[in-house]
Amino acid sequence: MIRVPRSVGISGLLVLMFLYLPVMVLIVLSFNASTMGVEWKGFSFQWYEKLLADRSIIDATVNSLMIASISTVLSLLFGLGAAIGLETWRGRHTSWMNILILLPLVIPEILMGVALLMVFVLFQVPLGFGSIIIGHMVFNVPLTVVILRARLRKLDPTWEDAARDLGATSWEVLTHITLPMLRPAIWGAALLSFTVSLDDFVVTFFVAGPGSTTLPLKVFSMIKTGMTPEVNALSAIMVVVSMVFVGLSWIFQQRAPVSPTTPSSSE
Amino acid sequence: MHTVVLENVVKTHGQVVAVDDVTLSIKSGEFFSILGPSGSGKTTILRLIAGLDVPDSGTITLQQRIVNADPPHVRPVNMVFQHYALFPHMTVFENIAFGLRMHRQSRQDIREAVEEMVALVRLKGKTQRFPAQLSGGEQQRVALARALVNRPVVLLLDEPLAALDQQLRQDMQAELKRLQQEVNATFICVTHQQDEALMLSDRLGVMHRGTLLQVGTPQEIYEQPVSSTVAKFIGLSNSLSGMVTRTENNFCWIQAEAFPTVMARCPEGGVEHGSATVMVRPERLHISVDGPVNGYENTFPAIVHHVVFHGNEMFYQFRLRNDAIWTARVPIAGTHARPLVPGQSVYLQWAAHDGLVLSS
Repeated sequence: MIRVPRSVGISGLLVLMFLYLPVMVLIVLSFNASTMGVEWKGFSFQWYEKLLADRSIIDATVNSLMIASISTVLSLLFGLGAAIGLETWRGRHTSWMNILILLPLVIPEILMGVALLMVFVLFQVPLGFGSIIIGHMVFNVPLTVVILRARLRKLDPTWEDAARDLGATSWEVLTHITLPMLRPAIWGAALLSFTVSLDDFVVTFFVAGPGSTTLPLKVFSMIKTGMTPEVNALSAIMVVVSMVFVGLSWIFQQRAPVSPTTPSSSE
Repeated sequence: MHTVVLENVVKTHGQVVAVDDVTLSIKSGEFFSILGPSGSGKTTILRLIAGLDVPDSGTITLQQRIVNADPPHVRPVNMVFQHYALFPHMTVFENIAFGLRMHRQSRQDIREAVEEMVALVRLKGKTQRFPAQLSGGEQQRVALARALVNRPVVLLLDEPLAALDQQLRQDMQAELKRLQQEVNATFICVTHQQDEALMLSDRLGVMHRGTLLQVGTPQEIYEQPVSSTVAKFIGLSNSLSGMVTRTENNFCWIQAEAFPTVMARCPEGGVEHGSATVMVRPERLHISVDGPVNGYENTFPAIVHHVVFHGNEMFYQFRLRNDAIWTARVPIAGTHARPLVPGQSVYLQWAAHDGLVLSS
């Protein structure tokens, strides 16, 4: 462990505060009984109760969960194919293929949103669930590929050799060896994709259609008519859910592809 | 009958020629070792036989059938990998059963075959463990069982004992021999340990930089190495370079600068006049402290350079006139009452038939 002066440690603490202060304020205010402003008028669950009673918010939640689930599953399928393909096919062009796959992650989202909208209009794709799912896949597939490839690189190729030597066809190697060993990374990628999809606003804003309002869009439309404590409550829920998912994703990705080391009870 | 035949096999990895025109026939039921330093291409030969690599040219024949184009999963061959490559997400039972499952055996047959194998490699009671919960020796036995349960015609072993400690290695050597007799398969073992190769093998091949230098029984290779490269790899050897001046009755006379004429055995097939190397094994040197004795054709004066106690034997290094270092091994039981001390002058003596001339 590196030993550092105490002041450096304190600055770390300040950075954490800087990062989390807005979120904390948001969560605290969501329990504020006051209808207006930031003045504390006592503890209350009323905004959460109001949320649950609001039909349009429930609809937006269902939309968001559906879109996130479908785009996550599709992104996993595409991402697995791309990751395994790129790892096995180590041709001359892989390095710029790598960059091309990652590029959607750094292109400004607003450009991506506009571009997607134009493509959908051009090909007369109706705006709605389908277009949002496709839009989310544009960033979820690269994300999945990055996570899966990191794990794939750590897999010892002699495992595959051993399986082939023992009679496995290349399809059986994939289903019996590669995929089980990738499982933690697959879970990690899925949770992260799901969260990113759930939270996305910009791309969704451009490609959404009538009847496909997601939670972030709902929050935005609520704010347009004025900051209400209801928005605080909704945002607080989204923040906590996102943090839990990202945390789980991280835990899955940390797992070694090795089975538990606890002694078995067979003896 | 030959189980495995390689004919003019060439395999390159990019610019590197891993296997360079190797021709080799391995008999059915034989324990054959391929001995060579790391990077000599010996593992590639195993991978070619297993089908994990495809030769650039040449043919590989398994049981009278050319298998060049056969993928690994249809070849009657199984491999024990260097670091075992056990599947970490499967139990010992699942690891051993993997090959049978891939070959669509019935559940009942698989259980019986695995249990039999588990007994054979002495892993009873550990079948529900994961590889990470096993010791190195146990992992090794799982790897052996996983390969042997498929009843391969040929078992390929890639440095099977390299990851084990000294004691375990000796036990596993005996274990390997026993297993081979019980399953009655051809074993092809790759190793860089010459003592391992000599002890285990019926025959062995010495590889160097992708080429097979010599094939023979351990004794043939130890006694009659075809070149100084083989001689050096098969055991510590003392060497002296000079010119062949005369050959007669399978003996050669060699003149080296600053030395009296040396008399030694000619290699089989004779030797050409010209430069050559004389090799003498450390255990064949006689050390005379009080002047040369009769009965040896060759006598070199030497200075004791270094003394190492090895438990059951003494290990001496001597400096010759040309500053070359020669080594001798003397069993403790037969050693002098007084061990030699560095700086002491002695005579190294050896009989003509204990020296071998190799053309350089």
